[in-house]
This record gives sequence, C-alpha cells and structure tokens, in this order.
Amino acid sequence: MATKILADSGLKVAIVEAGPFFDPKDPELMTQLKWPWESPRRGANTVRPFGDFDSAYGGWDIEGEPYTNSDGSNFKWFRSRMLGGRTNHWGRISLRFGPKDFKHKNEDGLGDNWPIGYEDVKPYYDKVDKLIGVFGTNEGLPNDPDGFFLPPPKPRLHELFYIRGARKSNIPVYPSRMSILTKMINEDRGICFYCAQCSRACMVYADFSAETCLIFPAQKNGGQIDLFLNAMVREVTTNEEGKATGVSYINKEDRKEYKLKGKVVVLAASACSSARILLNSKSAQHPNGLGKSSDIVGKYLHDSTGASRAAFIPDLMNRKISYNEDGVGGMHVYSPWWGDNKKLDFPRGYHIEVWGGMGMPNYGFGFNANEFNKFFGTKVGAYGNVLREDVKKYYGSVIGFGGRGESIAMKDNYCEIDPTKVDEFGIPVLRFNYKWSDHERKQVRHMQDTFEELIHNMGGEALGAKPTKEQDYGISPPGWIIHEVGTTRMGNDPKTSVVNKFQQLHDTDNVFIVDAGPFVSQADKNPTWTILALSWRTSDYIIEQLKQQNI
Amino acid sequence: MDRRNSIKSIILGSVAGGLAVHGCKPEAEAKAEDAQILEGYSYKYGRTPKEKERIVELEAEQFFNGHELGTIAVLSDLILPADDKFGSATEAGVPDFIEFMAKDIPEMQTTLRGGLMWLDHESNTQFGTEFKSASEDRQKQLLDTIAYPDISVPENELPMEIQFFSLMRNLTLTGYYTSEIGIQDLGYKGNTPNVWDGVPEDVLKQHGVAYEEEWLAKCIDQNRRGIMAEWDENGTLLT
Repeated sequence: MATKILADSGLKVAIVEAGPFFDPKDPELMTQLKWPWESPRRGANTVRPFGDFDSAYGGWDIEGEPYTNSDGSNFKWFRSRMLGGRTNHWGRISLRFGPKDFKHKNEDGLGDNWPIGYEDVKPYYDKVDKLIGVFGTNEGLPNDPDGFFLPPPKPRLHELFYIRGARKSNIPVYPSRMSILTKMINEDRGICFYCAQCSRACMVYADFSAETCLIFPAQKNGGQIDLFLNAMVREVTTNEEGKATGVSYINKEDRKEYKLKGKVVVLAASACSSARILLNSKSAQHPNGLGKSSDIVGKYLHDSTGASRAAFIPDLMNRKISYNEDGVGGMHVYSPWWGDNKKLDFPRGYHIEVWGGMGMPNYGFGFNANEFNKFFGTKVGAYGNVLREDVKKYYGSVIGFGGRGESIAMKDNYCEIDPTKVDEFGIPVLRFNYKWSDHERKQVRHMQDTFEELIHNMGGEALGAKPTKEQDYGISPPGWIIHEVGTTRMGNDPKTSVVNKFQQLHDTDNVFIVDAGPFVSQADKNPTWTILALSWRTSDYIIEQLKQQNI
Repeated sequence: MDRRNSIKSIILGSVAGGLAVHGCKPEAEAKAEDAQILEGYSYKYGRTPKEKERIVELEAEQFFNGHELGTIAVLSDLILPADDKFGSATEAGVPDFIEFMAKDIPEMQTTLRGGLMWLDHESNTQFGTEFKSASEDRQKQLLDTIAYPDISVPENELPMEIQFFSLMRNLTLTGYYTSEIGIQDLGYKGNTPNVWDGVPEDVLKQHGVAYEEEWLAKCIDQNRRGIMAEWDENGTLLT
C-alpha cells in the first residue's frame, strides 16, 4: 500500500523483495484452474504447506532461513518469499477493527489501548474498501463497522445448514466480508469467476494481493518504482546523526551485500521480519539496533488464537452432483463475535469461519472413503466397486469450523536475535519465546463447546475426539494462524512503544513500519484490512512530512 | 471449449483490455530463467526452478521394482476395478501415482513395501504362489482378512498388514479421483469459470432448506456484476 500511495504522489520508490517476481496472470507461474492430475503429487502438501497449487513460495520452514524457539516455546513462522509476499495466498477475509478493538483495555483492563481510535482509521478503511474492493453487508453492528461493500454471493448448501444451526443457539450469521470482486470496481481488474481458488492467486486480479492491486497499478500509473528482487534486507543503515540512510541487502543471486540509499525507509517485511531488521541494524549510534531506546522491539508478539472441528452431516449425504458450487475462495457466510465477555471466564472474542461443499478432489480425497459407515453400524473398509458408491454418497457431507480469536498481547511473548545462528545470507536469525496463557486456553475451550453445539444443532456427528484440557483444547501453536502482530507496537510514550501513532520510529524519524508490527492489539479480526488502512495513513503522513521538510 | 477462451468470454468487456503487460524488466528476466529447459520435465503448472528440479529428481529415481509395481497394479484394480462406465485404477494411472508418492513421502515406503511382501508371503504359504499370480478368488480371500479394520482400535495399533491395506486403499482412491477419469466418474462440475447464483431449487428441496428473501436481497444481482460499483456517502451501493 505504501508503494502505491508514495509512488502515486510522485515519490521515487525502491521495493526490496526477498523473493522473485510474481504475477498470477503469467501462464508460467499459474496454478489457478489446473486439474489435480497436472501435479505429479496431485496437490499434496509435501513441497508447499498449503498444497502443491497454493501460490505462496515459502512456508513455515524455508531451507537456509532457520529460526529458533526457546525452551517451552513453539512459535511457527510462515514466510512467503515472492513479490506480494503472503498476500498471494491469504484467506481474503477483510474485517475492519471496531471502536472497541482500539480501546479494549477500557473494557477489561488487559493489554493496552491504541493511541488512535476507530475514528482515526475509518476514513482510510473507507478508501481501502473503494480502492481494493470487498464484498459484505452493512449491518449496523457496534464493533463490526459498516463500509463500502460490494454485494456478497449467495450462501452454498452447507452454509444454509450452518445458518440454520447457528440460529438455534442464537449465534448470529452474516454474509462474510472478503476482498474479492463480485462486481466491477475499475477497468484494471477482472470480476470473480467463482473457482474457489483465491489461494492460488487470481489471473484476472479479482481478489486482493499486493502486486496485482497496488504495485502493478502504481507502475501503470507512471510511478517511479524500482523493483529489487531476490534481495534480502539485512539492516537499515544510519549516518553519524543516527538517521536512516537506506538499507543493506544480500543479493541472493550473487550472494553479495549491497547498499541502497533512501531518504525514508519504510519497513513492510511482516511484523517479525521488520523487528528482525531493526534488531540487526546495529551501529555506533544505535549499538543495540534501531528503535532500542526502549526494550520493546520484538515484544508483545501475538497471533490470533485458532481451533477447529469438523463434522459429518447426514442430511448433506447423497447430494446431486449436478452443479458447480465452487463459489468464491473461502466462506460466503461467517459469525462475528457475539458473546458478552463480562459473563464469560475469558476476555476477548473470536469469529467463526465455515467450510464445506463439493470441492475439487485433491490429494487426500477418498481417504477413509466409507469411514462414516460407522455412524450407521455398517462395515467400514471393503474393496471393489462399492467404494465408488461410498465416495459419492458422502461427497460434500462434511462441514468444518474454524475459530479465530483475539489473544492478549503480552510483553513476555517476544522474538529476539538468536546470537548463535545466522541464515545462509549471514543475517542473525530470530528466536521466539511465546506461550499461550489461560486467557487463550479458556477462549478456545469455548470455541470447542460452541462447535459441538453447532454440530448437534445441525444433526451432525463430530469427527475426531474433542481436544482435552491436557491438549490445551486444541489451540493452534502460536504463529499457525499467520496473523503475527505487535512486535513494534505504537504508542505515545517512547519508553513503552517503538513507533508513534503515525508508525514512525520514535528514535529515528525517517523510518516507518507499515506491516502489523505496530498493532497494539489484534482484535478478533484478520489483520490485513487494518494493515492496509494504517499503511495508507502513514504514507499520507510521510508525504506531508516531506513537504514540510520535517524528515 | 478452450478454457482460456471461456474465461475471456466471462470477463469480456471488463478486463480483457485492462490486463496490459506491465513491461517491467524483472518479469522478462524471471521468464528467461524459467525457460531453462529441464530434461524430462513436462508439467505445466506454476513451479519455482527448485520445485521443478525436485520433480525431475523424484521421477529419475525408481523405488518399486517391476514385481512390486505389478503387484500394486493387481491390488489397485482389486480395490477399484472398472465398472460399466468408467475405467479401473490402473487405467487411471494409479500405480505410477503410487510410485511417485512413495518417493515424495518416504515415510510411507516401509509400510508399502512391507505390505506387498506380506501379501506374497501369505499367498506363497497358503496357495503356493505369489499374490499377483494367484486366482482372483484367492486374492480376495486374502484381502478379506485385511480390508475391514476394527474401528474401535486406533489406526496405528492395528496389525501392519491392515494398516498397509488402508494406506493402499487411500492411495488408490485418491489417485483415481484426482485423475481425469475419476473426476468424470465423480461428476465434479467446478474448476471452470462460471457465475455462482445460488443452490438450484431441486437441491434445496431435496435437503429441506430454503433461501430467505431478506438474505437474498443483500446478495449480488449477477446481471449487474459488470456495472461499475458506485456508492453514496453512507456506503449504500447505487449501481
């Protein structure tokens, strides 16, 4: 987003990207609309963690780019090394934070308030809605604000079952809010053709990814943008006054270090990567790295909580496989947080995501083909043509739920430099220290209870055993939901925060951070829409400060 | 119908002209790099150079020997024989797929290989011939002892030969239903550009659900999808 806004204003922008070029409309790079047999592993996830056709180059483990965990910590760090990074495969769930989300300490005394409020961000959310496009509906909800939405698609069959089941428990259901174009918003981008494959990156640019919706349009608009690809940033360089002069990076092709000069440095490397760059930016003026007048860089790292459950729904058996119900990539309906935490034993909420339907077969399809026979007391197993009937009988009869909740940002959850290790480019790597607390465990227990209730309401049979207390109720390891935020949090006090409310480093006024590092708290929302809105706001600020010659 | 043309027909008038080449140099460079031909590589889906190399390496290796592959062919066709409309597992290329997966996920190798040996051992002991040469009746006689797992026992505590058969059945079915024949057999209608406009009426009826007018009123009118979105200042869509 910063590239688009800064380049549109006439500034010269250099993008330094750790991975290669990527454009989803390039036939050579395309995985969209491929059939499973076009991959020798039929889409299995042995190479790409979200399957062979997923568009992210990277994953939780990248050869030559390790990270470590302290004892008792199990943070999983997902990275995507390509132009547009993780925006190429994300879920496209685009939820504004609400007024309460910026001031949650006022409600329950936990964590900290943001130095800004919804009213500061609202104009930018509005602009992001219009520039990028998001479908959804204005429902007048107090903490899930209205916006400028495109109309949502109709629910699919399993979603109609979900709506009915959720209402029995007074759980509200609304059309989901996803940055997918159900309608034309400009001449440069296509309209969704309902292949359900947003995670494969869209060849007609009908969903949001940073390169298709921001970088390419900025280039087309005549923006002065230099792309430095396969360039791994090591640190921000500084001069005698301690001001940033640019960055140094490793060119992955020739494995040499280069320096790039810039008047302003904008970090958008992901919360943990940006913290890593700051911590590695050591100089005589900044012996402990940049932003280190406080000890906050890397602290308050937090990810969304996550838990899931799936169920077999007998009423969804024996479906007519007579129509294409791929729909958009992801859910057409969802449940924003409905509970009152004052009456519950945990703080902060979660939203429910729903999946199911007659999706395209991929590696894993047909595994345990007639396992559900057990619910009817008939034999599980067999061989022969009876299996063809079993496969069709049960196709599309499973529905799944994911809970995504807000964790409390804690100083004790952090990343730091591991002094004993470097990556293959010689750059010191991160070590994570992260533990869930009872706040999160109790919230996830509530998710699991809710899922069982929903399954019961739908007349379904829950699959697998319910995760126990000993299993922490099935809470995902931190990092697993890929909503890392908070490592360079914003605040008015340089002693307790890294950036100010314009995401400008307290210590070094020409360094800005526009990923989710500056988030004070996460909300029970996905972070992307807020990253985009705040990045736009920061970019406006940079332009203004440059005009006033303040930086 | 040519897939690319059908996409065009759906987006025509909206973006067909808008997707102009951005003409930036790195793209050209990336393409040049991509164009390096790897010997024996024939796949046409987005791969990084490293990923292509991995596929070539795996395909250059041979894991199962001819006898084992022959047994896999016989076994996978017992699991999924041809019916009056569709081909068998081997006709859908299942043995080649299993050969590839055994190399791609090496953790499966011992179970697969050990299980094939178990079949031959049992067949030799009971019938005096290897599994693949035994009569179909005898083959089935053996399979009947391993094809119905006791579901009250966790998978990894079941006898190895039963775990083996479950794995073979899984690989056979997944290999079949991810093949061109299998997708046709299943009748899956997606993976093609279309305009989603809700569940057909007969399907709603069959499953006893219905759309609510209030909900439908919020949804996209697909006749207006090509009309540029405009809102009033309150976020109400005008178009």
